[in-house]
Amino acid sequence: MSSLRITGGTIYDPANGIDGDVGDIWIVDGRVVEAPAEPDASADRTLDATGLVVMPGGIDMHCHIAGPKVNTARKMIPDEKRTAEPVRRTRLTRSGSGGSVPSTFATGYLYAGLGYTTAFDAAVPPLGARHAHEELEDTPVIDKGFYVLMGNNHYVMKQLAAGEPGRLKAYIAWLLQSTKGYAAKLVNPGGVEVWKGGGGNVSGIDDTVAHFDVTPRQIIRGVASTVQELGLPHPVHIHCNNLGLPGNHSTTMETMKSLEGHRGHLTHIQFHSYDGDPDDQSTFGSRVPELSAYVNSHENLTVDVGQVMFANTTSMTGDGPLGYYLHQVTGRKWFSGDTEMEAGCGIVPIVYKQKSLVHALQWAIGLEWYLMVDDPWRIAMSTDHPNGGSFLAYPEIISLLMDRERRREVLAGAPAAVSDRCTLKDLDREYSLNEIAIITRAAPARMLGLAHKGHLGPGADGDVTLYSPDDDIQRMFELPRYVVSRGQVIVDDAQIVCDTRGRTHYVEPEYDPDAVDDIQAWFEKTYSIQFRNYPVGDHYLQDPLVVPTS
Amino acid sequence: MAEPFILIPGRTSQQGTTLNEGKYTEGYRVEISTLQVAPEDMQRLELEDGDLVRVYNDVGEFTVPCITARGDELPPGMLFISYGDNSSRLMGGDTQGCGMPDSKGLDVFLETAKASE
Amino acid sequence: MSTTEAATETAPGLRVVQDATCTFCGCVCDDMELTVEGDRITKAKNACVLGKAWFFNHHVEERPEALIDGQPAGYDQAMERAAEILLSARFPLTYGLSDTTTEAQRVALAITDWIGGIVDTTTSVCHGPSGIAFQGVGEVTCSLGEVKNRADYLIFWGGNPAESHPRHFTKYSLMPKGEFVPNGRKDRTAVLIDVRKTKSAKAADHFLQVKPRRDFELAWALRALARGVELDPSIEETTGIPLETLEEIMDGMKKAKFGVILFGMGLTMTRGKHLNSEAVLALARDMNEHTRWSAKPMRGHGNVTGADNVVSWSTGYPFGVHLGSGFPRFNPGEFTASDVLARGEADAALIIASDPMSNFSQPARDHLEGIPSVVLDPKLSDTARTASVAFTTSTYGINTGGTVYRMDDVPIPLRPAFDSPYKSDLEILRGIESRIRQRQLAGSLPGPAVSGA
Repeated sequence: MSSLRITGGTIYDPANGIDGDVGDIWIVDGRVVEAPAEPDASADRTLDATGLVVMPGGIDMHCHIAGPKVNTARKMIPDEKRTAEPVRRTRLTRSGSGGSVPSTFATGYLYAGLGYTTAFDAAVPPLGARHAHEELEDTPVIDKGFYVLMGNNHYVMKQLAAGEPGRLKAYIAWLLQSTKGYAAKLVNPGGVEVWKGGGGNVSGIDDTVAHFDVTPRQIIRGVASTVQELGLPHPVHIHCNNLGLPGNHSTTMETMKSLEGHRGHLTHIQFHSYDGDPDDQSTFGSRVPELSAYVNSHENLTVDVGQVMFANTTSMTGDGPLGYYLHQVTGRKWFSGDTEMEAGCGIVPIVYKQKSLVHALQWAIGLEWYLMVDDPWRIAMSTDHPNGGSFLAYPEIISLLMDRERRREVLAGAPAAVSDRCTLKDLDREYSLNEIAIITRAAPARMLGLAHKGHLGPGADGDVTLYSPDDDIQRMFELPRYVVSRGQVIVDDAQIVCDTRGRTHYVEPEYDPDAVDDIQAWFEKTYSIQFRNYPVGDHYLQDPLVVPTS
Repeated sequence: MAEPFILIPGRTSQQGTTLNEGKYTEGYRVEISTLQVAPEDMQRLELEDGDLVRVYNDVGEFTVPCITARGDELPPGMLFISYGDNSSRLMGGDTQGCGMPDSKGLDVFLETAKASE
Repeated sequence: MSTTEAATETAPGLRVVQDATCTFCGCVCDDMELTVEGDRITKAKNACVLGKAWFFNHHVEERPEALIDGQPAGYDQAMERAAEILLSARFPLTYGLSDTTTEAQRVALAITDWIGGIVDTTTSVCHGPSGIAFQGVGEVTCSLGEVKNRADYLIFWGGNPAESHPRHFTKYSLMPKGEFVPNGRKDRTAVLIDVRKTKSAKAADHFLQVKPRRDFELAWALRALARGVELDPSIEETTGIPLETLEEIMDGMKKAKFGVILFGMGLTMTRGKHLNSEAVLALARDMNEHTRWSAKPMRGHGNVTGADNVVSWSTGYPFGVHLGSGFPRFNPGEFTASDVLARGEADAALIIASDPMSNFSQPARDHLEGIPSVVLDPKLSDTARTASVAFTTSTYGINTGGTVYRMDDVPIPLRPAFDSPYKSDLEILRGIESRIRQRQLAGSLPGPAVSGA
């Protein structure tokens, strides 16, 4: 038994209604426990947190950190990596490369160094699940998991077209079990299949996907309700059609409506909130007011932002046609990878510039989302790492949310037209530390259905971040004083002092075993590997955690 | 009299199968030590299957028996040999900054082994 | 899921392993049905000629566990000696890795990181130039099942799959019936481009015999035609292929619904190297303005693609990585194995499942022979013969489980057929790593570049 006491800190634990109270936190064998009754109780180790801000460990619910797409991006950008700050080997820790797509060991240490103890990769093709798990095993410290791409899966589309909800349900459960994935992810549902089948894309959610005779609306509606029936901890995670296109707000609105009241999480919503004519970038603008109003009035919806920050980064997506679009717009090197029966992928390096009207608008539209969703429990911080920017930009985003003057300074350096095309300059709201703790910890944990994460009540994982208060908010959040993961002090004064492995989270929804024959028959006809070699074995996950379905 | 050729080292299924039997088996040794020459060149140089030829460049050399390439597989002016110890002897260390030494399409000279003595 | 459940005992001493994986070439076919009698595989259903040779010839040989300076030694003693050699080197090279599991590769990366060495794989001397090209222009590609299900136009370029990847035609590319090409071969057009009219030419509809070292010019000619640029008929003199033929091919390429270029080492090993690969990758990319096209290098060794992946996720770079400064640095030509050996720089080597003594350039071989080396190989090789410490290992896929990445980056589990008395690469490398770490953490050795986070 090992114990840790964090004493005298100013605690922000919104899930338990604690907003800046001074108190102690006790962690025994990796879990938060009630403070012992006896007054002279002692712990194996005590951290004096007097004067420090104490929050649960950060949770990134939408990032790209492992698997085929991420690793391909790493291979592709030595030009960027060459000048990026590396992570140096220490006596205890492995070395790595940094930049927009850090290597695995670097990813774990950098997240930990930022006070984040949990991160979920948002897009893994099932055929690459084994690969994603291997990388996650080499991603130290943080707890993790991934979402499984399903929005262009042939079997999913065939069952929807055939009106076979039972088979669809069994398949989604079987697929999550086979991949040891955490949630169902839709990426440009139907549109990626159109791209794979000869080029092009869908233009809206009611286009028919050739050969499969199904529409994006059917896919969204069908998977959302099935996920809910299966009782998965996280609802369907949706990357809408038409990402990045001027005028895509109507697709996004239709997508929200297509859920028909079922729970759904709309990811990197910033990229889906644009006004304008798809064929004319100069008409670009914000439609956040009406979209956020819809989210505010519909309890079944949650979002994460996908904030754009001005920097060099790498766009990586399961949205194959989007990759082609970005390649055409930027003229830069382009990777596209189609995975049989399942998914697509696009990767293009990209630079977001403050002086670009479109980029500055994207930045402003992201901030509009943070500031216009009334209930912080329904919005999570993300950059869609690395698509809008690196996760290392979170402290800067926090400072922008907590300081309207800082937002206005940045706005002043952007093209003047930005303020005509969005409402950011009129938004006075400033986030409190409690609200920051919600959108970076408590809310993502709740959206993910992780009862043991995102709070500091008894039973929670002993994941704690301690910050030194600083007038410079960004600096405060960039350099936590201590970071604790499951009761072990990982970061002490910006040094990694302990190397741990972290746990992979996945789900095991039940399914009708009789449904497997049909899946197998389809699989054996279509795939290029053997059916029995498809499921990921238990030995790929060290110390995994199955999160129960409800 | 030595003549210029272009040497293409490559894989063959024979090389692949004998490799598995072991690199010290007769099959593998024969496979990586036999030079294929186009029929026209064999005729012109008055070579018979099994004649020893010396192949060299500024890096190194090897002397192996030659054999007539099948049908029209190899155009005149080109030689083929299975990858292995012999072909490596003609590979220089320079990779022109890319990590890969010139390993195919090597400029070489060929002469009958008798002539070199 | 256990990988051993596959074995079913059909008669005393006779077992059948279903869905086993052949790791000989980059096809990594996982539909093998192996009949095992004791410690021998006697049947390998579905295996090609290379696969059969692989399965039938990897039986347990009577060799010592290890040799230290040519003298038989036990594993413990050899692992101690290996750790000493690697720790005392100032510029150690880790090389090979393409014929072992990703699990073992990961430990080799750890060792190299801890000792601050260079890690390079056989990629640098097969499709390394394609990796460099990829970094220049990117790649439009797909999994082999996409080729099987969709491809109606195939170009094989600078390779001879009939001999190097015998089942590629039948299982993945040319012959199979697929979801969108229901008639299989009849629905596909196939072109072979090579300097030699190899056995693969028989399988193709069109054979283009390119002049040696003119692949670059040929690829650019096709790129020009794709863009509608008029070409001078003298292109025939340059490339060996008449303009009308090129125009006819381009016409077919544009009319295809889903085309794939599968290219081999005829491009990467010839003058031009990465520029050749880059031209072909760019051609496939450009074709997406007309219809869907992909390109894919035909990777060689069983798990060379896994090696690329492990080196990339561990360091951020695919091969030729220097860890001596305390963090990864990448520079082909500077940190690639051929170069650090041929220039006489490396002062020790850890070589895993590879035989550079028989296939590296002469100057590289001359240097490798003179430095201390630790070699892991199931079979005796020229490299093992000159090693300071040579470990006899079990064979991946035959004796040990683990993971192998197919040439299209699809990871596949192994189902071993029978036990070997010898340790696996993974076990030996772990033994070496733990000995290195014990010494480093005990502080008996200064260890390399220890610095702040």
